[in-house]
Amino acid sequence: MRGVERIEQVFRQLNKTGAAAFMPYHAMGYPTRQQSMDVIAALAEAGADLVEFGIPHSDPLADGPTVQTATYAALVGGTTVADCLQMARELRDQGVDTPFCAMSYYNPILAFGEERFAKTAAEAGIDGLIVPDLPPGESELLEPACRAVGLATVYMLAPTSTEERIKSVARHSTGFIYLVSVTGITGARDELPPGLPAFVERVRRHTDLPLAVGFGISTGPQAAKVSEMVEGVIVGSALVKAAGSEAGVDAVRTLAEQLAAGSHKALPE
Amino acid sequence: MTLSTTSTNVNFGAVPDETGRFGPYGGKYVPETLMPALDELEEAYLNARVDKEFMAELAHLQHTYVGRPTPLTYARRLSEELGGAQIYLKREDLAHSGAHKINNALGQALLMKRKMGKTRMVAETGAGQHGVATATAAALLGIDCIVYMGTVDMERQKPNVFRMQLLGTEVRSVDSGSQTLKDAINEAIRDWVTNVETTHYLLGSALGPHPYPAMVRDFQSVIGKEAYSQMQDPAEGGPGRLPDAIVACVGGGSNAIGIFHPFLEEESVRLIGVEAGGHGIEDGAHAARFADPERGRLGVLQGTKSYVLQDGDGQIALTHSISAGLDYASVGPEHSWLRDVGRSEYTYCTDTQTLKGFSALCELEGIIPALESAHAIGYVLELAPQMAQDQVILVNLSGRGDKDLDTVMQTIGGDR
Repeated sequence: MRGVERIEQVFRQLNKTGAAAFMPYHAMGYPTRQQSMDVIAALAEAGADLVEFGIPHSDPLADGPTVQTATYAALVGGTTVADCLQMARELRDQGVDTPFCAMSYYNPILAFGEERFAKTAAEAGIDGLIVPDLPPGESELLEPACRAVGLATVYMLAPTSTEERIKSVARHSTGFIYLVSVTGITGARDELPPGLPAFVERVRRHTDLPLAVGFGISTGPQAAKVSEMVEGVIVGSALVKAAGSEAGVDAVRTLAEQLAAGSHKALPE
Repeated sequence: MTLSTTSTNVNFGAVPDETGRFGPYGGKYVPETLMPALDELEEAYLNARVDKEFMAELAHLQHTYVGRPTPLTYARRLSEELGGAQIYLKREDLAHSGAHKINNALGQALLMKRKMGKTRMVAETGAGQHGVATATAAALLGIDCIVYMGTVDMERQKPNVFRMQLLGTEVRSVDSGSQTLKDAINEAIRDWVTNVETTHYLLGSALGPHPYPAMVRDFQSVIGKEAYSQMQDPAEGGPGRLPDAIVACVGGGSNAIGIFHPFLEEESVRLIGVEAGGHGIEDGAHAARFADPERGRLGVLQGTKSYVLQDGDGQIALTHSISAGLDYASVGPEHSWLRDVGRSEYTYCTDTQTLKGFSALCELEGIIPALESAHAIGYVLELAPQMAQDQVILVNLSGRGDKDLDTVMQTIGGDR
């Protein structure tokens, strides 16, 4: 099955149960190569429906301090694009079969070679790709390269997006659309933005694709609220922070179980 | 390298195209949140360009506040000392706030005030000259202003930090990454993404996503337009002819594109950009994107596709220059394109050669240049003797050097 189909299948199956997908992000290579692989395995066990597989970049301009610090540490530790893809391959060999969406910035992919990246990623078991600094208009090489090997091309929308941009992103996205909950950068926040339901509503008018919301979600109850509105709940910084804490992978597992329960509408009353 | 064989069939007026491209360079590589803000900015700018009232107000401020036109100075003693071409200086160091940066800062601040209905602006700064220019424009027009600056740069440009604070701007230090210009831009963009509905990002060079490279170029082209007529007019101090070569330092490249642009159609005029050679290309500690074949490659940094110093894995390289304003891993996309089509050429000047240029201008002309501009002078020390005495070099003296006195004292000693 092609990557994009594996992702579509996740949303199709969850749709029957009324639950939303739990979609955690982790920065590969952080805190160490081995620990980052352990984190992915723990996320899968804890109920992740799709994992965002972060490939570090030196200049992550859409990311807040938590992810900046983690990706910087990963680069200092020698993490490369090729090794991130190798980690995906090793996780597949270990039997982790949760769909993976690679997430990186455009320059590391451009340097790797767009076609070569898409091909190598697909062979390594990556199912889709998210590039925050590559809107549809700039993706005329990478998008066909992804299509050719069956990778989903996931684009982002923000509360500032105009109707025209929503239409364009809906036309170019496959698998799902990533909704940025707030105008801002990644990082845990106390409250969900009040404008979120209206934003989701605006996007729905233009697409039948599953929608996933990210940026600022850090707790089970927040995940539960978001799962009432959309088909996917994305959590990054809070889990990355847990991975860097003393309890490390155990802290990730504990938090991920709560987030999964929230997303799956299985939180105790 | 000679350039006279090029360019006849290149349409310099056709870039950028409507997608913001200069050939393969430029574009809009930004998070989706910012796309509507870029569209809004482009619309406001295109509207302002043809708005006579707006352009008249800007011209009035340039004249009565900035002190434009800036003079053209014949560098007699420097020319005699070098024994070759006659050297003329376009004196952007005499513009209010001490550098060419005010041309763009005032243009964008006025645009924001008159056309965009935003109340707050953020900017990045390396040497502090753009920060000071932005703080100046903010004070003049009554706009809330925050400037992001790397902690390394704050240390080496202390007087400019204090200047910005005196002007009522908040300077925020940036500790991430290399703690220099690139990191300050990342942080300014993060602020902009977060506050985009109220905030304008006053980017200081001909860099970043479309429409910035074109807009900044246009605001800076006043330098070249003035120089074009001054050079031909002896009453304005000119030699009565166009120059044979124009030399300007290139960090992001706004002073260079500003002086080059009105001369693009004049094929007899060589256009030479001087990058920061730092400790030398082989040493690796430099910011010469075009001179390093191994690490200077096509890439995307901070919204635009251009030449970028990077490692094999697409991670952005750390750069070094004695001048904070040239210490940047990428270069404005139009420069990459002009180089590809053979219209402009690029060389570099090491820290050591730059200091020679700095001293020469101090001692022979009584002008203390910014270390950025001293790169152009440093190269002219090599170029002028190779040219005939009836030839003419025009140098863009983009800023004054008061801010650099600490750095220079530490490097060449303060006891001379």
